[in-house]
Amino acid sequence: MDKKDLIGLKGVSAELITKILDGAFKMKKVLLSNQKKISLLNGKSVFLMFYEPSTRTSSSFDQAAKVLGANLIKLSVNSSSVKKGENLIDTGKTLDSMKADILVIRHFCSGVAKLLAQNVQASVINAGDGLNEHPTQALLDMMTMKEKWDSFVGKKVALIGDIKHSRVARSNIWGLTAMGAKVTVCGPATLMPANIENFPVTVAKTKEQAVSDADAIMGLRLQLERQDNGMFPSIREYHRYYGIDQELLKIAKKDVLVMHPGPVNRGVEIESQVKDGQFSYINEQVTNGVAVRMAVMAYLTCKLDEFMKEQPKGAKVIPL
Amino acid sequence: MKTLLKNGNIVLKDKIIRGDLVFENNRIIYIGEKYSGEAVQEYDLSGKMVLSGLIDMHTHLREPGLEYKEDIASGSRSAVAGGFTAIACMPNTNPVLDNPALISYVKYRAEECGLCKVLPIGAVTKGQKGQTLAEMRLMSDSGAIAFSDDGYPVSTARMLRLALEYVQDFDGLIISHCEDASLSDGGYVHEGESASIAGLKGIPRAAEDAGTARDIIIAQSMNARLHIAHVSTKGAVEIIRYFKSQGAKITAETCPQYLFATDKEILNFNTFAKINPPLRESFDNEALIQGLKDGVIDALATDHAPHHIDEKKVEFANAAFGSIGLESAVGLNTRLLEKGFDWIDLARLLSSNPAKILKLKDTGELKTGNIADITVIDPDIEYIFDAQKTFSKAQNSLFDGWKLKGKAIMTIVEGNIIYNNGKILERA
Repeated sequence: MDKKDLIGLKGVSAELITKILDGAFKMKKVLLSNQKKISLLNGKSVFLMFYEPSTRTSSSFDQAAKVLGANLIKLSVNSSSVKKGENLIDTGKTLDSMKADILVIRHFCSGVAKLLAQNVQASVINAGDGLNEHPTQALLDMMTMKEKWDSFVGKKVALIGDIKHSRVARSNIWGLTAMGAKVTVCGPATLMPANIENFPVTVAKTKEQAVSDADAIMGLRLQLERQDNGMFPSIREYHRYYGIDQELLKIAKKDVLVMHPGPVNRGVEIESQVKDGQFSYINEQVTNGVAVRMAVMAYLTCKLDEFMKEQPKGAKVIPL
Repeated sequence: MKTLLKNGNIVLKDKIIRGDLVFENNRIIYIGEKYSGEAVQEYDLSGKMVLSGLIDMHTHLREPGLEYKEDIASGSRSAVAGGFTAIACMPNTNPVLDNPALISYVKYRAEECGLCKVLPIGAVTKGQKGQTLAEMRLMSDSGAIAFSDDGYPVSTARMLRLALEYVQDFDGLIISHCEDASLSDGGYVHEGESASIAGLKGIPRAAEDAGTARDIIIAQSMNARLHIAHVSTKGAVEIIRYFKSQGAKITAETCPQYLFATDKEILNFNTFAKINPPLRESFDNEALIQGLKDGVIDALATDHAPHHIDEKKVEFANAAFGSIGLESAVGLNTRLLEKGFDWIDLARLLSSNPAKILKLKDTGELKTGNIADITVIDPDIEYIFDAQKTFSKAQNSLFDGWKLKGKAIMTIVEGNIIYNNGKILERA
């Protein structure tokens, strides 16, 4: 049997996405219980290989692995052989030889998760590779939507901001469209990928067009150094035309979900009142992130079906 | 010693004849119907195409300094196995070929190998750094065939203008890698749908179009000769077409990768598809083929760019640019035969035009009295190209696993059969 990896959502079926989301809902019950530890991944080893700074994604994977009962080893990229110039594939093979079951990789170069997966026996989870994909982020975003919606079909999701440099946007475009949602993107032309018109999305000229009748609005993180590269002239101008503010929410659906992959630049992508307001699901996204990553790890180690059959036992489950 | 090539389809300048070709010492002494004289050795080439020796205007041999990728000997073996009797090698070695001693070194090493002719191209600027002119005239006297800062554009318009002006005294040829580096801005694939999907940093087509226009306008203003390397965009074809129609003294080459592959190759993060200029789109392929047909593009080169596997089996962004190409060129270029080209066109694009552009004497055309530089091609053989089995040190071929048709089976350099039926032979 081929080993399983999660490299991206491009080409992934609605069936598989549904399976993982269903798993994640059940995983969330474990996470929300007062005894958040199960033995599903006892005896499995998960290695985190983060070549790019990350707090939330790495702690989320860390938490997910530990709740599942796996052994977790975090590679400290800055003080390791990587720093000494070891080739990525060699590092991967070294971890393979230590009998890793899952390698979670975050890297600044697009395509790295695939490169690693092609060269190791362990299952690889892409925790974000360059501008390419960040599949677990999109899955947690979709989980957050699915909690509120019966179905994705016909729902309108607006992605606003730096689409060009966003792996979150790419994974969401592939995942959401596979599930039948309609995706609208909006951002300054300098931060739009070339040939965006060939993507399965609608391109909105203004944020108002983008969010009109939207069921969910997702702000994308703006790397402020893009301003230095001349991609937009000022924060003020960016926020005026692409910032999500209370005024904007008025033209969306009345039960719109406001989301953001974090960390948020307050007052840039989203104004504080909205971020902390009643429509914000940003904290829920974080919780769901752990649950989704638990489901993905269980799926890749072929433990998800077993978990889904199990009755919740022992720990008392706090109802959602 | 007379050698008789019998019954081949001999591709002449304007027709193909079925007959015999005889060479003695290093010259062709007979082309025509059945040869009635005696010959010491003879080869029956029924069904085979006999062309003037192929000339690759654009090769990277990596010596001196980068012999772990390729060297003059391995590159020359790959060349003759690919049917090339002469190859022009680019100066982006370490050190850069920017002085006459290094030009002499390359020529000496090539003669030591005794395979194909190696025609070194010197740098335009010292170290290819774009700051000061290299000793082009001394290099020319030492055997440099042309000058290029290939790999990079000549950094500033002023420097290019100076170089074009300077080489006029000795009729030197500048070969330009046309690219506006500020537009490329660190990109490494064609900017388009595939790059956007994969999340790889794109080079806009305007980088090549604007660079091409800049270089040609400068050349035309000097009434200087200029050769444009590896044309890859439709825009550049149209720019060259326009300036040729205005009488500019420009010539241009493209390579099979720009005719038969597109940027879709990068979707898999295949680093062998990372080349510069990048693989473009299918309408670019078509425009280039049309350009070859119309004479806008004069020559087919390879841009053979060998790299060690360790430089390719890495993150896409960090992978080296380039694909090897010497041994796949014939099998790819024969695809033009299905697009309205004939063997006379191929001989022109692969031999006579490169010979003219580089001002090579007595070669580039099969005719009595010319040097016996000859390539024999089996036009019918179909095979899966296996980059592991090439004579190059490198295996980084974009075309690995591609189905090709047509192959060089015999390569004759200056009357010496250097390559025959898969084997490389010593010079007599």
